[in-house]
Amino acid sequence: MTISQVSFGSHEPVLDVKDLTVKYIGDTRSTTAVDRVSFSIGTGEVFGLAGESGCGKSTIANSIMRLLKDPAKIAGGSISFGGKDVLAMSPEELRRFRWQDVAMVFQSAMNSLNPVLTIGEQIVDIFTTHAGYSRKESLRRAGELLELVRIDPARLKSYPHQLSGGMRQRAVIAMAVALKPSLLILDEPTTALDVVVQQEIMAQIKELQRELGFSVLFITHDMSLMVELSHRMAVMYGGRIVETAKAQDVYATPRHPYTQALMSAFPPLTGPRVPLTGLPDGVKFRNIPDLTEVVPGHFVAPFGSDASVIDSANLEGAAR
Amino acid sequence: MSHSLMAPSAVSKTGTPALEIRGLGKTFPIGGLFSRDSVRALHGIDLTIGNGEIVALVGESGSGKSTLARCVARLEKPSSGRILIDGVDVLKRDRFQASRAFRSQLQMVFQDPFGSLNPAHRIEHFLRRSLAIHGKGGGSGEQTQRRLEELMTTVGLEADMLNSYPHELSGGQRQRVAIARALAVEPQVILADEPTSMLDVSVRIGVLNLMRKLRDEQGISMLYITHDLASARYLADRTAVMFAGELVEEGESLDLLANPAHPYTQLLVSAVPDPARAGSYDPVRRAELRQAVMASTHCVFDGDPNQACSAEEPVRHQVGDPANRHWVRCHLYRPWAAAGGHALASEPIQTGHPASNAQEEASA
Repeated sequence: MTISQVSFGSHEPVLDVKDLTVKYIGDTRSTTAVDRVSFSIGTGEVFGLAGESGCGKSTIANSIMRLLKDPAKIAGGSISFGGKDVLAMSPEELRRFRWQDVAMVFQSAMNSLNPVLTIGEQIVDIFTTHAGYSRKESLRRAGELLELVRIDPARLKSYPHQLSGGMRQRAVIAMAVALKPSLLILDEPTTALDVVVQQEIMAQIKELQRELGFSVLFITHDMSLMVELSHRMAVMYGGRIVETAKAQDVYATPRHPYTQALMSAFPPLTGPRVPLTGLPDGVKFRNIPDLTEVVPGHFVAPFGSDASVIDSANLEGAAR
Repeated sequence: MSHSLMAPSAVSKTGTPALEIRGLGKTFPIGGLFSRDSVRALHGIDLTIGNGEIVALVGESGSGKSTLARCVARLEKPSSGRILIDGVDVLKRDRFQASRAFRSQLQMVFQDPFGSLNPAHRIEHFLRRSLAIHGKGGGSGEQTQRRLEELMTTVGLEADMLNSYPHELSGGQRQRVAIARALAVEPQVILADEPTSMLDVSVRIGVLNLMRKLRDEQGISMLYITHDLASARYLADRTAVMFAGELVEEGESLDLLANPAHPYTQLLVSAVPDPARAGSYDPVRRAELRQAVMASTHCVFDGDPNQACSAEEPVRHQVGDPANRHWVRCHLYRPWAAAGGHALASEPIQTGHPASNAQEEASA
């Protein structure tokens, strides 16, 4: 039983990741950052990947984009996008695949804008490089694009530092959807932003997603945000997926202790004030087994057995 | 018996609040050498923290929370106002820079536990140094050692971690060391500026619980600065909301977040992601709230004979039960235009670094 069989709706999956293993190879020892991870994303589906720093979620995103650099190595598994094998693509195919098929918004992407070029120049660049439009046509489309994320097209002449963080982030999102990719990867798109701005950006992404119909791989550690946006989600720990189900099901009945800890890490805004515990400093799960289907569509890694000991005397791992 | 960590040694018996901020203001000069322009980062802040009370200060980046923290910590010289610790005006007592006595009354815990511990020293060094400088180590080496171990136990760390270097510790553990270092001085007040925002989510609650425990067991008062409303609600007895360098609302945390009276507070509360009320986003309603913050034409207390409205400061309306000490600034009051204007533009200015908020306001 693979998880890919329960994608949202009955569509052909856009992205299918199977048993992906990524290792960081060192001189003396190697670390497995992503360990036999499988998931798939259907057409128009928002799939969330939750977990803390170091759990491997960004490594997965970088693997899909084929952006991994030494010492990281894809040691096993497959990634297929619309039936094509991403891992077997030639440099020329990759160039087209990136941005046209899959676009990515990086963590603190607003700082990824080039400070010495205007917003307009940077968007025009995408169209002339990837789509081969003329400069004039590109400029017209760039204006449309900014309107799509509700930025005044007059801002095309602005430099990044003249825009607020929220505006810059929206400009980056606009650039990501410029070529109408079928998959958008969002790696913590709002971590550096204030809560009010965050809310607006997320609403914007939702709207764009409805309008343009792309699929989304949404990576964050904020469970509340994830449940609000995603259709299905997976929780990662130490390079493994420990739980995956529909977002609402995970929210209503988190089954793995780690998922429960993540959920209770965010105190509620309503109801009585109850003491929460979170994950104690240093608690660590080991040898996480393969997922099993607990109820239809809800997969959880077995826990509490000898196979996944909880080790509280260790420094590394969970608390990092 | 050396210093017992269990005794609320720092609690004064007089009933004076641990920390009182009166009419605090801060302006930063902007422009060139001969420019006389300035930007108002803080204006007329009145805030009282009782003994053993945790007060949260919430607001967006650029609202001035960190400037307030820096002024109270005496890292920045306030332009006006008074800061009273235990009833003594510390700005008057040590006029030019913070004295050692002041530092032993008020300690800080910073946002970044990776930057606040020197990587070249063992954990023991940080704590031993705090004890030595403030003379809290006791007479003998044995007493100091016992005190060090006590401190580690208090913050929930193993005593043998004293020999570790910061890089061997996780973020949560480092933040605990930073808290232990503050505790070593036996302060009355701890100023915590976003102490959990750099930590991994699963250990954040642990640090908040530690802060609550210190308050409960040692009676330490705290000013907890955050932009996370939910954690403010979880930890703090009272919450104060800051907007454009001024306080707009303050009250008992649960009451304030359940019945936010100021449109800005309502805007903040409505933006917190909460799956329990998914789909709550209503652009029209939010546009109205924005409008109301900057240019409200009426106040909810209009026509209330007991609480007359006025656009002049300081009109503070009492909200609900007086026991909650919940007040809101009159809606008619217009925030200082420039600061409020861009803080609330549909694309608020995002400031990269909390400590530079005020300066960033200037450049906008």
